[in-house]
Amino acid sequence: MPFGPNWPGRRVVLHPDFVPHCGMTAALSIIIVEKDRDRALLIVDSLRAAGDHDIHVIADETGLARKIAERQPDIVLIDVTSPSRDMLEELTLASGPMDRPVAMFVDRTDAGLTKAAIEAGVSAYVVDGLRADRLRPILDAAIARFHLFQRMRTELAATKRALEERKVIDRAKGILMKAKRLTEEEAYALLRKAAMDNGRKVAEVAEALVTTAGLLA
Amino acid sequence: MIGTRLRVGFIPLVDAAPLIVAQELGFAAEEALALDLIRAPSWSTLRDLLALGQIEAAHMLAPVPVAAAMGIGGMATPLDALSVLSVNGTVIGVSQALAGRLRAQGHGFDFADAMKAGLALTAAATGPLRIGVPFPFSMHAELVHYWLSGLNLPAPPDLSIHTVPPPLMAQALAAGDIDVFCVGEPWGSVAVENGVGTLMLPGAAIWALAPEKVLAVRSGWTLAEPGLTARLIRAVWRAGRWLDVPANHSTAAEILAGAAYLDVPAEILERSFAGRLVISDLGEVRQCAAFVAFHQGAVSFPWRSQAAWIATRLAHRLGLDPLKAAKRARAVFRTDLYRSALREAGADLPGASEKAEGALRHPLAVGSESGQLILRRDTFFDGRVFDPLAAER
Repeated sequence: MPFGPNWPGRRVVLHPDFVPHCGMTAALSIIIVEKDRDRALLIVDSLRAAGDHDIHVIADETGLARKIAERQPDIVLIDVTSPSRDMLEELTLASGPMDRPVAMFVDRTDAGLTKAAIEAGVSAYVVDGLRADRLRPILDAAIARFHLFQRMRTELAATKRALEERKVIDRAKGILMKAKRLTEEEAYALLRKAAMDNGRKVAEVAEALVTTAGLLA
Repeated sequence: MIGTRLRVGFIPLVDAAPLIVAQELGFAAEEALALDLIRAPSWSTLRDLLALGQIEAAHMLAPVPVAAAMGIGGMATPLDALSVLSVNGTVIGVSQALAGRLRAQGHGFDFADAMKAGLALTAAATGPLRIGVPFPFSMHAELVHYWLSGLNLPAPPDLSIHTVPPPLMAQALAAGDIDVFCVGEPWGSVAVENGVGTLMLPGAAIWALAPEKVLAVRSGWTLAEPGLTARLIRAVWRAGRWLDVPANHSTAAEILAGAAYLDVPAEILERSFAGRLVISDLGEVRQCAAFVAFHQGAVSFPWRSQAAWIATRLAHRLGLDPLKAAKRARAVFRTDLYRSALREAGADLPGASEKAEGALRHPLAVGSESGQLILRRDTFFDGRVFDPLAAER
């Protein structure tokens, strides 16, 4: 069989009502696939708060499917923006006609929760037969954490953009001050007027000016 | 943007061209559509975005809707293939170490003869061949299996197939994680440019007319939005027609090279459209007619026999019932929606919805709705023919 993990011990088809042998208190084995160490630690922290589980982080994504199969986890969490996510899809392939060792969790339970997870930026792969009530607190914690990451990412991008725009506007002002012997306020007023007249942003006009000045220099 | 906004996901590949061109050159606007093109990080994420309703349509591997219909692989949301976005467009490449052994054996890298290349490859292998494909459900995986199991060797070759995302394929080859890859362009050429791989075959050498990507939507969406469905099919069909005109190839490459799309130099993309590939860091160039095709010869028609071929192959490999699988798969290749949307656009449509795959050794004129249509050569490298109805008789 070229595809599919050799995943002994998981090759059991469970009836939907079947309660796994591990009781409610048994620790779940969770794998987090995350390259960034700080992010990984933050996710681990949030999951610790959701219960006493056995958590393992994989940072190096080479041979990811094999590494995961060896550990036989109950849950795998991975960033939806990670291209390596496709490597996990191998695990969803049946290695025999009737067994499905691991599934994208939407298959059998709560589509709303999966949607919330994908929107937050995390995807979860869950072993067959894991009860939804055991999964839910973990997913909730992961979703909250990933929302935070998204906010941080958006904020960072916005800050970077603002800084870059500011730099370009400063350079454009400098060019105008020199060429037309204007004060800084006058140079800015001129940029703003040009932007308004052309229905564009001040930063766009500034960038055009800087580029043009570069060509003429 | 004017028109109804549709969110459409794609993976950065040459064969996403019909969707990108539909938006960029106004074929979408002509149908009062504005395509909001969203670049997805992986095939699984793209499929999930579609299944969960975050996007309306997607550039999708042809086997994905088939797998969904068979109830395997991730999301169980039913998907429909409205048209075939592209045929062929993939390459098989090998690591420099393997290329060296092949050259030492006297292999000429003709980029054409799949039987010769397959035998040379298995002879040059020193252990199990580790082959990278972009996704477990992909034409790449199907072609590799079909090729290496069709060499008539005394024992089946020792293969291990690994999933590697396309943009990481060159890196995986360089790191020694895989020996061989099958990937869509431009990622094979990127491996050549980086000096880590040598191209051995185009996918078209294994199957001359392999349906590579489809225009996929949720089945429920076609029911809820029949008008939008038809408009989308037409917009993409017109983009495909434009793409198959040789004079447009440079423009297409320039558009796709944009940072929001493939973000790869246009010169590399143009190789696919021109069917003229640089196969090694020695600068060797090979020609391949129909390296990737979008329109001529009814290639965008979603032949139900193609769906049946994919389903039959998957079912055999996974130990599922091939007849049941083929029956379910046929129904998701929506020849009915394709016909009704394009009849009024003046498309010449094939009279039949299934054909014996691999039977056309030369281009052939066949009956169409308005007269005659010339179908392209569609042979497999081993000369076998897949008759979709034979198994049911």
